[in-house]
Amino acid sequence: MSQVRTYLNQRVEAAPLAVFRILFGLLMFISIIRFWAYGWIEKLYLIPKFHFSYYGFEWIKPIGQWTYLIFAVCGLASLAVAVGFKYRLAIVTFFMSFTYIELMDKTTYLNHYYFVSILSFLLIFLPANVYYSIDAKLNAQKRFQFIPKWNIDALKLLVTLVYIYAGLAKLNSDWLFKAMPLKIWLPSKFDLPLIGDLMGKEWVHYAFSWIGAGYDLFIPFLLLYRPTRVVAFGLVVVFHILTRVLFPIGMFPYIMIVSALLFFDSKLHHNILGLLSKWLPIDKRIFDNNAILQPKKGVIHTIKYGLVSLFFIVQLVFPWRYLAYPDELFWTEEGYRFSWRVMLMEKSGYAQFKIVDKDTQRWFYVDNTKYLTPFQEKQMGFQPDFILEYAHFLADTHRAKGINNIAVYVDCQVALNGRLSQTFIDPNTDLTQIKDSFEHKYWILPFEEEIKGI
Amino acid sequence: MKKIWYVLPIAITLFIWACSSDSDSPEPMTDDDVSITDDDVVPVTFDRSAMLTNWADNIILPAYNDFFVVFADFQSAYDTFRTARTEENLVVLRAEWLEAYKSWQRISMFEVGPAEENGLRLNINTYPTDVDLLEQYVVNDDQDFSLPSNRDVKGFPALDYLLNGLAETDAEIIAIYNTDTTGDAYVDYFKDVISDIESRVLTVLDGWNGGYRDTFVANDGASATASVDVFVNDFIFYYEKFLRAGKLGIPLGVFTGSPAPNTLEAFYSADVANELFLEGLDATQDFFNGRHFATTGSGESLASYLQALNSLKNGEELDVLINDQFDVARTMVSNLDSFRSEIENNDPPADMLLAYDEVQRAVPLLKVDMVSAMSISIDFVDADGD
Repeated sequence: MSQVRTYLNQRVEAAPLAVFRILFGLLMFISIIRFWAYGWIEKLYLIPKFHFSYYGFEWIKPIGQWTYLIFAVCGLASLAVAVGFKYRLAIVTFFMSFTYIELMDKTTYLNHYYFVSILSFLLIFLPANVYYSIDAKLNAQKRFQFIPKWNIDALKLLVTLVYIYAGLAKLNSDWLFKAMPLKIWLPSKFDLPLIGDLMGKEWVHYAFSWIGAGYDLFIPFLLLYRPTRVVAFGLVVVFHILTRVLFPIGMFPYIMIVSALLFFDSKLHHNILGLLSKWLPIDKRIFDNNAILQPKKGVIHTIKYGLVSLFFIVQLVFPWRYLAYPDELFWTEEGYRFSWRVMLMEKSGYAQFKIVDKDTQRWFYVDNTKYLTPFQEKQMGFQPDFILEYAHFLADTHRAKGINNIAVYVDCQVALNGRLSQTFIDPNTDLTQIKDSFEHKYWILPFEEEIKGI
Repeated sequence: MKKIWYVLPIAITLFIWACSSDSDSPEPMTDDDVSITDDDVVPVTFDRSAMLTNWADNIILPAYNDFFVVFADFQSAYDTFRTARTEENLVVLRAEWLEAYKSWQRISMFEVGPAEENGLRLNINTYPTDVDLLEQYVVNDDQDFSLPSNRDVKGFPALDYLLNGLAETDAEIIAIYNTDTTGDAYVDYFKDVISDIESRVLTVLDGWNGGYRDTFVANDGASATASVDVFVNDFIFYYEKFLRAGKLGIPLGVFTGSPAPNTLEAFYSADVANELFLEGLDATQDFFNGRHFATTGSGESLASYLQALNSLKNGEELDVLINDQFDVARTMVSNLDSFRSEIENNDPPADMLLAYDEVQRAVPLLKVDMVSAMSISIDFVDADGD
């Protein structure tokens, strides 16, 4: 216990956290602008008539034209975070609005959106505004050069967790011994300058697979260990820019590069802020006041420690929940999301739904394009929870049209990592009789092959 | 200076990054020349640019050109019929119309570039025909074929009605064409429809000859708008929506539960719908295999692309599976009576439904297996991949 107390009392410079706050806020602001400018708000949230919800979050939906307001709020909040103005309010607003956006439709699920959500949640509890921020400038009482060490360690821990879990997820036979799915993806990158000619070579696919797995597993330690830190940061930049070139993964590489800066000593961050002060009318010296933000006592702060600890326990345990399910994880995707499984599968499917009127025995197929956008149909085609949710939507829609005694069946063919497609869902299961839950989806037909590994 | 060595890889990476296109498409796009190593010994190269050239020069352009040859015969048969409105000439005109309609099935799937811009397929082959509106136009002679709302009173389906649907027997039809008051009105309307078809297809052919061919072949880059990606999407869309659903599924009522024979292609002809479907299926399969139009040669194609990819993957022979499925579908459909009698005389039309299922089975092979193997995006929604 005393060790814990000693740890909580250790202090570090606040500059790294301030730099992180500024860059994270700016990146998020750019993300929102980019999302808006590409017309994705309309395309992904306004045009679709039906939205796929996360289990338990069915009440979170786009709100028509007001959806733009949510994005506007989110963008403004990220700017406020960047400049450190009314920081606590700003980061809470950002977390709420960003998470709301992500929960509106799971079709757009991406691991890095989830990362942003939980990162901003963690930032709520960190004093990112005590240094080099408007808050601290306006109020000398809130100005501290030093903060508790755990504040920055918590962020480093989260980044480390993401990398290691992403690396562990790659330790499977498809990735390591079949070079899948890179063997499918890389040959299509033939027009890249310099390296384009290599993308079709089989040894390159294997090299990328193994190096990718090794990178994820070891980069946090190389960043933590001072002698390898600079080299490691170089690797971070090379690796993430390369993934940005090869794959359409949006802002994620930049977020990870910015996160890697947290591992450096504060000298670097003072230099960055010093540079910034040359360009902007900000006197950095007023923040270098030697003041120490002392860990406070009291119920509120005990709760805070409790919440942060609970947060990390959940983060540690949650990715392993797939172990509770039988059959192949890549096939059933039970416990696949929120577990840092990034770019592991080339999976696609095709689902044809059959509506049966049980009273008259009349039946017909559904034209999915009537209800779903092409993007939604594509995502629905191979994910069981989407298929079930959509089947219930179809049942409701057709009940409203007068078919009271209804059954919904699906003929779904799915291909995974270069294998031929096989039937995915039991075609004889009436999906209206199935309730979504966290129980095993026995109506998914077993995967005909085996993928070994974690 | 000793720290300088790690700057090099960063600089190179940044260079590659700066030079690469910033495409935010949902999935990695395919590109030209996909070199593939076969057991790391003999490098097999698949040249996507060669495939585009083969498509354009040996399939698409010859098909359009042939359409005009066939269509000219149809027009001269019309001219003969116009001057001498006899039963014999009607039979000849009908036969030439069918040849032209079949020739259309060979170009219908190329809804890309100028055809897409001009909405060719919708303008040439929207059915069922709105007979009431058509009759009204015949009487008033005030039709405007440039209006989207008039797509269902023209094109081949309207000609079907004018050739076969005006009355029960040929004698009765001829009588209508020879009536003093209305005969010329029908003949004139017939001519207007012919001219509309001709000018629209000609616009598209001119587009191909006037530069689009080169644009199409040159656009072999890596993006969602690259020719191969766009065309494969259009190809699958044609198969799914127009061949499978339009010619079979919708008349069968598989999307509604109630058969609708009036939505058959060439509804007023006795058994032409089968022939048109089979022509479309042949065109689809020939295109898949890169077979040159109307000759025995063949070139780079989706099938040879799959073969090249397969040598890398050592997987199942997907091109064979797809061809087999096309063959099964053809056999099943060939064994059917005329679609109209299958639908009208059977409740449910069990044989035709089984044939539909076989046609349907090719969809996941194309849309899931082929697209996945080629790493082609099935839609063009921008989103970050994961």
